[in-house]
Amino acid sequence: MSFLEYNVKTTPSGIRKVLYLNWPLILLLAAVASFGFLMLYSVAGGNLGAWAMPQMKRFVLGLTVMFAVAMVPIWLWRNLSVVAYLGSLVLLLAVEFFGAVGMGAQRWIDLGFMRLQPSELMKITLVMVLAAYYDALPVSRTSRPLWVIIPVLLILTPTYLVLTQPDLGTALLLMIGGAAVMFLAGVHWAYFVAVLTAGIGAVTAVFKSRGTDWQLIKDYQFRRIDTFLDPSNDPLGAGYHITQAKIALGSGGWTGRGYMQGTQSRLNFLPEKHTDFIFTTLAEEFGFVGAFSLLALYALIIVFCVSSALANKDRFASLLTLGIATTFFLFFAVNMSMVMGLAPVVGVPLPLVSYGGSAMLVLLAAFGLVQSAHIHRPR
Amino acid sequence: MKRPDKDSAAGARKMTRRALILGGAQAGFMGLLALRMRYMQVEEADKFRLLAEENRINIRLIPPARGEIFDRNGAPIAVNNPAYRISLTREDAGDVEEVLRRLTSLIKLTDEELERAQTELKRTQPFFPVTVADQVAWSDVTQIAVNAPALPGVTPEVGLTRTYPQGSDFAHVVGYVGPVSDYDLSKMEAPDQLLLIPRFQIGKVGVEAKLEEELRGKAGARRVEVNHVGREMRELDRREGQQGENLQLTIDANLQTYVQGRLDGESAAAVVMDVTNGDILAIGSAPSFDPNLFVRGISVSDYRALTENKYRPLAAKSVQGIYPPGSTFKMVVGLAGLDAGIIGPEDTFYCRGHLEVSGRRFHCWKGSGHGSMNLEGSLRESCDIYYYELAMQLGIEKISAMAQKLGLGDRIDLPMSAVAQGLAPTKAWKREARGEDWMIGDTVNSAIGQGFVLASPLQLTVMTARIAAGRAVQPRLIKKINGIEQPIADAPSLGLNENHLRQIRKGMFSVSNNRKGTAYGSRIIAEQYRMAGKTGTSQVRNITAKERAAGVRSNADLPWERRDHALFVNFAPYENPKVAVAVVIEHGGGGSAVAAPVARDITLQALFQGEPPLDAYPQKDRPRVQEMQKKLREYRPAAGTDAKSRA
Repeated sequence: MSFLEYNVKTTPSGIRKVLYLNWPLILLLAAVASFGFLMLYSVAGGNLGAWAMPQMKRFVLGLTVMFAVAMVPIWLWRNLSVVAYLGSLVLLLAVEFFGAVGMGAQRWIDLGFMRLQPSELMKITLVMVLAAYYDALPVSRTSRPLWVIIPVLLILTPTYLVLTQPDLGTALLLMIGGAAVMFLAGVHWAYFVAVLTAGIGAVTAVFKSRGTDWQLIKDYQFRRIDTFLDPSNDPLGAGYHITQAKIALGSGGWTGRGYMQGTQSRLNFLPEKHTDFIFTTLAEEFGFVGAFSLLALYALIIVFCVSSALANKDRFASLLTLGIATTFFLFFAVNMSMVMGLAPVVGVPLPLVSYGGSAMLVLLAAFGLVQSAHIHRPR
Repeated sequence: MKRPDKDSAAGARKMTRRALILGGAQAGFMGLLALRMRYMQVEEADKFRLLAEENRINIRLIPPARGEIFDRNGAPIAVNNPAYRISLTREDAGDVEEVLRRLTSLIKLTDEELERAQTELKRTQPFFPVTVADQVAWSDVTQIAVNAPALPGVTPEVGLTRTYPQGSDFAHVVGYVGPVSDYDLSKMEAPDQLLLIPRFQIGKVGVEAKLEEELRGKAGARRVEVNHVGREMRELDRREGQQGENLQLTIDANLQTYVQGRLDGESAAAVVMDVTNGDILAIGSAPSFDPNLFVRGISVSDYRALTENKYRPLAAKSVQGIYPPGSTFKMVVGLAGLDAGIIGPEDTFYCRGHLEVSGRRFHCWKGSGHGSMNLEGSLRESCDIYYYELAMQLGIEKISAMAQKLGLGDRIDLPMSAVAQGLAPTKAWKREARGEDWMIGDTVNSAIGQGFVLASPLQLTVMTARIAAGRAVQPRLIKKINGIEQPIADAPSLGLNENHLRQIRKGMFSVSNNRKGTAYGSRIIAEQYRMAGKTGTSQVRNITAKERAAGVRSNADLPWERRDHALFVNFAPYENPKVAVAVVIEHGGGGSAVAAPVARDITLQALFQGEPPLDAYPQKDRPRVQEMQKKLREYRPAAGTDAKSRA
């Protein structure tokens, strides 16, 4: 069913749209963000102004953006998908040339009031353009090779640009997020099996390239992988982060060491404790109970998104909602795996909790799209 | 684009199916995350909690105060004085160079110190104070305190530093302390944690080294919480250590100072021992050095001056120096002769000035000969021929056995560094050490304490004390440890006939109280203090026949290194022996002229426990003694008293 078949009269309009918002989802997002405020206050050693307050302001700003996005009918967003995608691509190219370098990678453009990471934006606009593509494509052609190549190119172009920044984590996230939308749209199994096989081959090639002239990834990325595979190998060098993160997490026990009592974070043993490693502080101070609660909140957000998507008869809206939910899932799943020693340290923040402006704004804007789809669903 | 409903309905069903598959996969992964969380936070919590505590808690040692050392009357010999040092903390200083520049304008800093401070400041964590100047005078500390606002990050700290108020007088006895070196650590199997503290001081030589265990004490510990770079956040708890044990020596500081003063200017050693219990009352070696220099870190030029001095100030000659005992060995031979029944006290040998032994001519010191000599006469006039004849009849083994009985050739157990063993030679020894057979000439040489016989001043003192007491007196240097009196070693009887001992003592009495005695000039007049002694002059060169023909040159004509050693041993009072004394003056010349007066003066000082009255001395000596007493009253050890201020 496409937007042309909507019975416009059945969709809410004007201020009444607020009543049709997915309120439980908003409450869940606020709950997750509150975990963030609490932890940012703690890791700053009881200083509100350091991280917690700016984060709250960004959250309020993000909510405003979310409401604004939600008010715009979903079919308008669908029509804007290609433009948004191309805009992100241009920004990605721009950081190639004008981007500021941080952590050995070109990642952001300084806009003055905030640092814009186009790769964050791209995670959403890629999902948008793919959803729009499959909405337009007749279902019968979904698995035809020619019609598979187009979305693959849509995915690989930004992936390549992000990879050259270089940001392996985001590149993988883009690829998996895009693949998830293709999977949901119904592309034949065989393609995924083929790509997976090719992927394994590529990973093997990357490892084989180590130390040769044609080395495919940077040395520090190799070291991160080494560290992931055996953190005890280099406990004071590259393995330090992951070892300390695991100690913090494990020492929390059932109920944790108490709010603002986590020794690992308070005494600075934890690296990047306000950004990528904030989950370890949460786990240290609130223990298994606290860490599991956050995981449960995330799970509920996914559940609400999936149920909203399945109840939506519009193909674009469903694909978009499911794609955004998957991207969101990838964020926290990769971050948690990373700090628990299940994945290499790839620099993915914990969504809505880690300190950081553009990630939070982009995510809340994405949930604005989910809300828009929810409000403007065909009834 | 209009699509058949069937197509889109099939697409929607497929999407629902795939969404459920994807959602299921996500749920599965979240379940995995939850399980991992549970495993780490519940099953392995204790392990990680322990690791977190290890991260957070540091054990910092509290060095104990070192035990102090006192003399037998409680006079301080080695004490811990407050010492000020100036340290600089980088993060508080801001501009380190500027602060250091201002500091140098206030107090004197050597280029070495500055350079060391700068490199250390670069290396250490910014919050860690680095010592810029050690051993700073109080006046400098006040200078810095007054100018504190201009010197951010600079703090004067107070610590304890080892000080030897008696300066050079006890340098050879107690030694000195210094920072632990890698070499020190390599010698230890399981070094105390304390020794790993930078600049921790341990005893390097002497009593400080030998009683290190007692003096060091036990470390205390503080448990502190630290952050990731090791900055101390707070103290969790503290366990106080145990101070090192205080020592009291058997030495009388006043007597020791007197001995050092009396030996001043010579290369010499002297030992005073209590005959009744073996307490070492004084054990001097000259020249000496200032141990405080070593605590502070001796300069290269100072150290070179000490090592290149031909009088060897660093050696404790009293225990490390071994000399041919010369005629002081004659008591041993005489006693062995009596004990073996080869001679009686009145048996005589005839001295014509020389003796032919298997084609070699052995001389008496008196070229014209002593004529007929009995035991007393031979000791009194130190006749050599008497002992040549006696030794040949005795054989070296009996002489050696007697020497050992009297403490020669045995390492004496005294807590000082490098205590020498000396040598009482036997036939077996020569075969093993030299690969040669014992010759009759060797026995003849040994008879007068020449040849292979070697003894330290300490051993000669022990020998004299044993002759005086008739018991195997053992020397003791440590009187009390932490106020607990240390045991006096058993002094069993030597198993010698008391009559024989009395004969030897009588001979020694004659030496310094008979007009013909070799030390008559250095006698003690005061009746109840009269001493019995024996002179010794040991050659350090061979006199060739040609030299002898040309007339033996007097010592004064020879270069210092080739002059004879002058020795004297004695005990006093004769009737009721209290002290035994041995004096060795290296290359001093004759025992009677050089060593005997020194020994007599020291003996009197010991007996009177202070300056003796002039009438204890022979009439003709008094003006000279008076002058010397005046001079000694002004004697001060090198860098005694106030050693804490910076030069």
